[in-house]
Amino acid sequence: MEVKFSDETLALVNKIIKRYPEGKQKSALLPLLHLAQAEFDGWLSPAVMDYVASILHIKPIEVYEVASFYTMYNMKPVGKCLIEVCRTGPCMLRGAEDIVAHIENRLGIKEGETTADGLFTLKTTECLGSCGTAPMLQCGADYYENLTNEKVDTLLDKLAVVKEHSTYMRSNRQEI
Amino acid sequence: MARKLLLEHENIPGIATFDVYRKNGGYASVEKAIKTMTPDEVTEEVKKSGLRGRGGAGFPAGMKWSFLDRKSTKPRYLVCNADESEPGTFKDRYLMEKIPHLLIEGMITSSYALGANTSYIYVRGEYMYVIRILEKAIEEAYAAGFLGNNILGSGYSLDMYVQPGGGAYICGEETALLESLEGKRGNPRLKPPFPAIAGLYASPTVVNNVETIAAVVPIVNNGGEEYAKIGIGKSTGTKLISAGGHINNPGVYEIELGLPVEEFIYSKEYCGGIWKGRKLKAVVAGGSSVPILPAGLILKTAKGEPRLMSYESLSEGGFVTGTMLGSGGFIVLDETACIVHHLYTFARFYHHESCGQCSPCREGTGWMEKVIHRIEHGHGHMRDIDLLVDVAKKIEGNTICPLGDAAAWPVASAIRHFREEFEYHIKYPEKVKNPKHFEIEPFVSERVAALV
Repeated sequence: MEVKFSDETLALVNKIIKRYPEGKQKSALLPLLHLAQAEFDGWLSPAVMDYVASILHIKPIEVYEVASFYTMYNMKPVGKCLIEVCRTGPCMLRGAEDIVAHIENRLGIKEGETTADGLFTLKTTECLGSCGTAPMLQCGADYYENLTNEKVDTLLDKLAVVKEHSTYMRSNRQEI
Repeated sequence: MARKLLLEHENIPGIATFDVYRKNGGYASVEKAIKTMTPDEVTEEVKKSGLRGRGGAGFPAGMKWSFLDRKSTKPRYLVCNADESEPGTFKDRYLMEKIPHLLIEGMITSSYALGANTSYIYVRGEYMYVIRILEKAIEEAYAAGFLGNNILGSGYSLDMYVQPGGGAYICGEETALLESLEGKRGNPRLKPPFPAIAGLYASPTVVNNVETIAAVVPIVNNGGEEYAKIGIGKSTGTKLISAGGHINNPGVYEIELGLPVEEFIYSKEYCGGIWKGRKLKAVVAGGSSVPILPAGLILKTAKGEPRLMSYESLSEGGFVTGTMLGSGGFIVLDETACIVHHLYTFARFYHHESCGQCSPCREGTGWMEKVIHRIEHGHGHMRDIDLLVDVAKKIEGNTICPLGDAAAWPVASAIRHFREEFEYHIKYPEKVKNPKHFEIEPFVSERVAALV
């Protein structure tokens, strides 16, 4: 399969590159990696990263070293819905660990794993800036806050039937 | 009711839109600054206000602005630090989500003062929905003539862009943020040169926190001296506090600096007391990095005076009996909380977030995480406690950026004030198997109990 952005995304890419002074197009790397991840199945394969490098006229290594540094870029394929539960201090104090255990039981996977049907990947993350509405999880662009086990059950049921890949670039908010 | 300068209009329906914001006095500071003041006069007002950086370090904002290299022929930049990721802190997200135009207005007024014609708002990537809100607000400001070429017919031009991060706590450090904005890994730079001389693209740059930039709006509107009248001593103005943990009303509160800590925790107007009718055990008052204090020392200083929400009062007693206001991330722990487990989540956080550039931080944070983990799970030795203190000491001050210090302080302070709890874990491994062990059998050392 040829790796190439859609025309619509390419127009956006050109707009983003113009935000920076001439010759500083490398500044567009982080926004472009977000776009790439959203467009190519939720992760950054070497072919996708090479493609981004070619757009920005930089060496592929400059993309690899950045993509592997930041936690939002997935270097391996992930399930259709990437569930990220915050587990740092303030969320822990309000029961984040119980939420993680509940999701693990329900999906039959441990954190870091993907369900056999490829629907869900469960990750734990460090502070997502939602300490006042803890416990919480992020799926794509959406924050789900003040969680209880019941709310998590409803959410997982609803997300299971969503067709699109979860991505940080597009809201897929479900009412819970 | 306390005076509000930033969140005054937070509950007005539609305040996130340009029209409603404008009708409620929005963009007055831009008009005032551009039409009636020189850039230096705006800087002078910020100096007079005594405003201190709201991101955590508390450095005087006006002084930071005055360091900007104005002789350089290179373009100048204002960069807003919206990479809010200090555990316990969520005030910037709240402000940007509720009143995005307040930040845009502050950015325009500040950029005018600094002579910047391009400014960037670097927002942590996880806040992608906030980025959409800001982009919409910027679009509205362009349409209304407050951004773009020749703003309000003054000849001053400004372009503003939002940049998403990629998920890295370290990018909240200003030089790491600039590296990231240049499309690189977020490795902090050696200083000097400081960003004011060589920042973004090696040009003179000012990096300010969201709340700092928002505070420029009331400062310009009412004058720096008026702003300085609010607060206490060198802690002028209001501060957004993110309150979380074991309290009845978690949320973002704007307080006048100088409010007693006790009132903040127990008043219905703010935290509303400890949840489930329990007692207060400890507070991390300024985001995960600052030293934790037991109830007795957060409510009163070692001298027995009431502790206030201000830079000076919270740091009264240094790190022996005090802490810091930091970013205003106020994390409350009730009597059932396990300090060792709580500390473990922070140690894991810093290990995860260390950029790996400096050995003491890269290796030390991992080492501390492992040792705390084994103590927590009942496999520790008494000598491990001093080992932790030793590792923390060897990280502190030995790294390029303050992440190393930020990782060391929580460990050192938890052992300083709650050493007996670490010993308890080592002595009674069978009792700490259940992570909620203190809910079953609460434990307070005599030393900590004597402080209340």
